[in-house]
This record gives sequence, structure tokens and C-alpha cells, in this order.
Amino acid sequence: MRCRSWGRYPKTTETLKSLRWSTDPLPANDGLKVLPHGLGRSYGDVCLNQSGTLLVTAALDHLLAFDEQNGLLRCESGVSLDEVLRFLVPRGWFLPTTPGTKFVTIGGAIANDVHGKNHHRAGTFGCHVTQFELLRSNGERLLCSRDKNADWFAATIGGLGLTGLITWAEFKVRRMTNAWIEMESIKLDDLGDFFAITRESDHDYEYTVSWLDCMAKGKSLGLGIFMRGNHAKAGVGDLAPHGEPRLSIPLDFPSFALNGLSIRAFNTLYYARLRQRVTKAVVHYNPFFYPLDSINAWNRIYGSRGFFQYQFVVPFSVDDGAIREILKEIGDSGQGSFLAVLKTFGDIPSPGLLSFPRPGVTLALDFPNRGAETFRLFERLDQIVLQAGGRIYPAKDARMSAATFQASYPLWRKFTSYIDPAFSSSFWRRVTS
Amino acid sequence: MTIKNALIIGASSAIAQAVARRLASRGTALVLWSRSAARLEIIAADLRVKYDAKVFVEAFDLNDASLHQAALDRALAAQGPIDLALICHGNLPDQSACEKDFAIVEQAFRINCLGPLSLLTVLGNYFESQGRGCLAAISSVAGDRGRQSNYVYGTTKAALSTFLAGLRNRLYPKGVRVLTIKPGFVDTPMTAHLKKSPLFAAPNKVALDIIRAVETGACVLYTPWFWHWIMLIIRLIPEKIFRKLKM
Ligand SMILES: Cc1cc2nc3c(=O)[nH]c(=O)nc-3n(C[C@H](O)[C@H](O)[C@H](O)COP(=O)(O)OP(=O)(O)OC[C@H]3O[C@@H](n4cnc5c(N)ncnc54)[C@H](O)[C@@H]3O)c2cc1C
Ligand SMILES: NC(=O)c1ccc[n+]([C@@H]2O[C@H](COP(=O)([O-])OP(=O)(O)OC[C@H]3O[C@@H](n4cnc5c(N)ncnc54)[C@H](OP(=O)(O)O)[C@@H]3O)[C@@H](O)[C@H]2O)c1
Repeated sequence: MRCRSWGRYPKTTETLKSLRWSTDPLPANDGLKVLPHGLGRSYGDVCLNQSGTLLVTAALDHLLAFDEQNGLLRCESGVSLDEVLRFLVPRGWFLPTTPGTKFVTIGGAIANDVHGKNHHRAGTFGCHVTQFELLRSNGERLLCSRDKNADWFAATIGGLGLTGLITWAEFKVRRMTNAWIEMESIKLDDLGDFFAITRESDHDYEYTVSWLDCMAKGKSLGLGIFMRGNHAKAGVGDLAPHGEPRLSIPLDFPSFALNGLSIRAFNTLYYARLRQRVTKAVVHYNPFFYPLDSINAWNRIYGSRGFFQYQFVVPFSVDDGAIREILKEIGDSGQGSFLAVLKTFGDIPSPGLLSFPRPGVTLALDFPNRGAETFRLFERLDQIVLQAGGRIYPAKDARMSAATFQASYPLWRKFTSYIDPAFSSSFWRRVTS
Repeated sequence: MTIKNALIIGASSAIAQAVARRLASRGTALVLWSRSAARLEIIAADLRVKYDAKVFVEAFDLNDASLHQAALDRALAAQGPIDLALICHGNLPDQSACEKDFAIVEQAFRINCLGPLSLLTVLGNYFESQGRGCLAAISSVAGDRGRQSNYVYGTTKAALSTFLAGLRNRLYPKGVRVLTIKPGFVDTPMTAHLKKSPLFAAPNKVALDIIRAVETGACVLYTPWFWHWIMLIIRLIPEKIFRKLKM
């Protein structure tokens, strides 16, 4: 069967097997390599397994226990953040950290050790995982925590689904008094602004993120909006969870809809919404964290050729040279990006052996797939990232070379010994071949 | 009718789970039966955590008729009088395998028909003595007419539907409602091997329809609704023509 990741590239063919119960054994080994598959919200091929089997976790959707005393939620690995929020929010709890979409599973969140707008305060999702069960193809069930099977715990967080199947997991959740976020948007005139406002905000604001206009060049390089927010104080709002998505993109958009002009229009729209330098608003958590979730299947806007997201992190440096260089390279290429998100990672270490985040600056941008031209641009960007001592996020990647991966994730060799012999992925074969 | 206490049999089925979640979210207490204790534990945990539901579970061989009365007695002792009993378990045998091996046909009859008929007998008598309540079972549109692609399954469901109709007739004067549920294609593990089409409904949608039909005292539910019309046409085709069709 055809299966696709969020970027709809590469296009692969797999056998899909739906897992029914977390207490069931793995499907009998038929010689094909297997890979767990959550909601397929990874952009590239970490959730794909060409000519192999995908173990679909959607039916593993049960909550198992909630410890209100200690704020601990235990659930099966196919439970989505969407469902977790529907459960937590009315009870006055929230996720410890969340990626930019709520349509990801707990298994996926752990396997990619995802991060959110509060990385500088909370670290990655894996930092909040207290324990999980790992089912190996030999039938073994390993209970993993920081104390028990600690090496498997570290290998599986950020382990890209290769160490076995996470059947259930337990993680810490945080208290909140209402479902709203007190948010400020601040105009950024250039990259210097970004760093200055980041420094000023990291201490007092739990959530920070910026949107950059990637078409802006020269002096206005780094033009954009800085957004920061905190959970609203008691009494500001209620504890109503989010509703269903409203809009849906029914058909593949023709790819010509995405020329430079429409991208520019989109960017200006974002920018022009802000007349004053600083605007304040109280917004529900749903549009704040998940602005794109209100449109179903928005990835189809890029047409059937698919698209890429390029996300990297580079360590802090005095002159922010790498970020400037990359923004310039992208601007010059004219391949413009629909979204450009800039954020700093803090220094809370991720528990995972292969976790992506590290202290520094991370930038994420989308590119329509224009074939060789796009690949060449990425190669140039990779070089700048590597030079700066940075790395690329596997959850978003569909094309980095084996050399790039191995140079930037030196622990990959150690990780290899934890890979389940029956498990593999398109991504892993690509970056280790 | 309001459903304060429901018994769901074959509780691990996808449709049953969707019904249980919806009922629990409205405060219904639940008795859940299935053949697997491990699965019941997971399902019950989910209902307790999410809805703070009062759940009593028991695992046993659902198709062993000798166990039914005692299981019902234990459920009543644990949870009190039951307003709704819903039979969900079932099996979709491979038609071509059935044509070569009659043992598979017998097995399908035990799961889809004989087991449920025994349960309906025991539960029918219980509801009759109680003088109220709703007894519901999931049959299928496949039971409305024999077709070459799945007539063994269809026959098991036809027998179930006919039994339910008779029971409905018998219990009506006693104030007991009997509901025959006929889903079309539902996207569940039972149909995981079939190619999906727009005709497939989500278990949640079917669950909503079932609960509404119970509340309104309906006799036969086609779910989603359009199957009522599809099956009407299919039933109307003369056998002389029908025998030539590839269905
Ligand atoms: C709009 C959008 C915004 C995003 N924003 C962010 C962001 O801000 N930060 C961020 O970090 N990421 C972000 N992402 C990426 C996304 O959070 C990750 O790719 C996430 O892992 C996807 O989860 P999934 O359930 O879809 O898993 P999939 O994509 O299906 O799988 C991801 C990986 O998890 C493994 N896996 C899944 N289930 C299990 C299991 N039960 N046991 C073992 N391994 C398993 C798979 O094998 C695969 O390697 C975003 C994605 C989108 C589409
Ligand atoms: N899906 C459809 O398209 C469709 C259409 C029309 C009617 N139906 C009917 O809807 C009902 C529910 O099915 P579903 O679609 O929800 O499928 P499902 O999720 O696969 O459920 C099937 C259920 O039957 C149980 N079962 C199977 N064999 C059994 C046995 N020998 N003893 C006891 N229990 C047994 C299973 O229990 P375990 O978990 O223990 O295996 C499971 O609970 C069935 O009666 C089915 O015939 C379904």
C-alpha cells in the first residue's frame, strides 16, 4: 500500500499492519523489516519503510492511568496529543511541551524526541517521560526509565522507532488554571532584534518563537515577528479544550499556486497584521500552538510533488554568521519558503542518544519540491550547518547525505547496537548506507 | 429511554468500544464482557480514567451457552439492574475458505449466531421479568440477502436478524424493546483487509446512531442511514436477475 509522510516525499510502498492491542505480540516475522508508524506527521522518511512493513499504532488509543497527585499520565503509544489535550485541559492540566501540531502520537513524540516553543524552559518531550514499555521482536518487554534499562531508555527517546515498539508510556504533565495564553507579538526589523528580544524574553516568557520573512534581503534580513507568551493567570479564561478542524484542502493544489508572489503575499499578510511594534492578545492555546491544525491536510497545498521542511540547529556564536549566511542563501535562491520559524534552544539536555535539540538557534522552513535545484540548495545549506557545528532534524528530513548525518550525530554508531534486528526505516538505510 | 446501566458483550470490538466511550462520557455505568481479560483491563482503564466510569468487567468464552446465566447474575449483583444489553462480537469468515471447509462455517455460526442466540434467550427472559429495557444486537446488512461474495457470513446474520424480529414481537407487549442493528461497511479491524471506499463509516458515527436508536425505541437500524435505501433496492431485485449479478 502507498504510504506518505507529511511532506509527501519520498513516495514509498509498504505493507500496513494495524496493531490492535498493546498486550498482543508483534505480528509474526515474515522476513520484511518493520517500523512503527504513528500519524505520519514526520515530514520525510523516518516514518517510512520502503518495501517493508509499517506497524500502524492508531488502535493503541487507550489512556491507562492518571495520577493527579503527581501529574503523571500513562497511555498507549498511539494516543494523540489531540486526545491527551481533550483529556487534560478541562481538568486543569497541560502538556509539558508540544510540537506545532497536536496530530502526533505519544510514540512519535518520544521517537523523535520532539520540542516546542518552551524548549528553553522545559527541554524536549523526552525530558518529561518517566517510563515506557519497549516491545522487542524477540518478544521481550522492557520496562524503561531513568533507573531501569536506562540505556534502552536513552536509545529509544529520539530512537526513530528503531529500537522496538513503544507500547505505552508515562509522562509528566503540568498544571494550568485556564486554556488561554497571554501573548505578545513584537515586530522584528532585523536579526539583531531577534537575538536581543530573545535574551530579554527567555527568563520571563515560557513560550517564544519567531516567524521570519525569508524573502527579505540585505538590511531587512531577519524581518519578522517575535511571539512570546505565558499561560494566562487564573480568571482570564476558561478551561475549554479545542474543537474540530474547520477547513480542509480537498485536492492536490496545482504547484504553480506557489510562486514567489504568493509566498510574498503570505509573508506580508503576517507582517502587516501588526501596526504597532508590540501587540498584546489573549488567545486560546489552540491557535497559539497549532495555527496550521485548523486546516486539514494543508500539506496538499504543495501538490503531488510534495515539499520539504529544512530544520537545523547551530550552536550560539558571536556573530550569528551561519544563520545570516543561510538566510541570505535562501533569499538569493528565490526558492522562498512558505514558513520560516526561528527559535532558540536552551541548555536542558535531552535524555535521548540521538535527540536533535542542543543549545543554539534553530530555523525551520518549507520548500516546494523543485527537483534538482532544491536538492542543490540543500547541499549548500548542509555545508554551512556542518561548518557551524550544527545538525539537521531527522523528523523533518528526506534527503541529507549519510556523511552529513554521521558527522553531526557522532553517537549514531553507539546507537546501532540498540536497533532491533527486525526493525528498519527508509531514513536509517539512507543515512547509514 | 435513559441508559443508566449497560451491558456490552464483545466489548473489545471497535464498534463496541466507541459505544462504551460515548455512554461512559454521559455517565452510564458499564458491564463489559469479552473473551480476553487483558483487553478488558485496557478498555476499562481508559473508561475509568477518561470518564470516571463505573465499570465491571468479566472475561469468559462468550459462546459457551452454559456460562451465560451465571455471568448475568454476577453482573446484576455487581452493578444492579441493566437498561441496555448490546451484543457486538462477530466474525467475518473468508467466503472461499468456507466453500472448501465446513468447519469454518460451523465456527462462524457458533460466534455470530449460536452464542448470540443463547445470550438473547437468557437476556430476553431477564428483560421480560424486569418489564423494561432494550436488548440490541449487531447483525449486518449482509444478512438481508445472500450474495456469492459472503453468503456464509450473511446467513449467520440473517438467522440473527430473524431471531431478533421474533423476540421483538414476543417482548413488545412486555415493555421491552429489541433493536436489530445493521451496519454497512465500518472501518474496523474486521474490515482492515478490504479496500476502503467512501461507503465506509467510522465506528464513532455508527456508535452515535446505535445510541440514538436505543433512545428512540427503534426496531431496525441501518447505519449509516443510506444503507436502508441500498438494501431496499438490493432486496427488490428479482432472484432471476440477481443470480446473474456479480456481488
Ligand atoms: C505542522 C507540523 C508542525 C510540527 N512542529 C514540530 C515542532 O514544533 N517540534 C518538533 O519537534 N516536531 C514538529 N513536527 C514534527 C512532528 O512532531 C514529529 O515528526 C512527530 O514525531 C510526529 O509524530 P507521529 O505520531 O506522526 O509519528 P510518525 O511521523 O508516524 O513517526 C515518527 C517516528 O516515530 C516512530 N514511532 C511512532 N510510533 C512509535 C511507537 N509506538 N514506538 C516506537 N516508535 C514509534 C516512527 O517509527 C518514526 O520513526 C511538526 C510536524 C508538523 C506536520
Ligand atoms: N466492520 C463492519 O464493516 C461491519 C459491518 C456489519 C456488521 N458488523 C458487525 O459488527 C460487530 C462488531 O464488529 P467490528 O466491526 O467492531 O469488528 P472488530 O473490532 O473486529 O470486533 C470483532 C469482535 O468480535 C470478537 N470475537 C471474534 N471472534 C470471537 C469469538 N470466537 N469469541 C468471542 N468474541 C469473538 C472480537 O473479540 P477479540 O477482541 O477477543 O478478538 C471482537 O470484539 C460484529 O458483529 C460484526 O459482524 C461489522
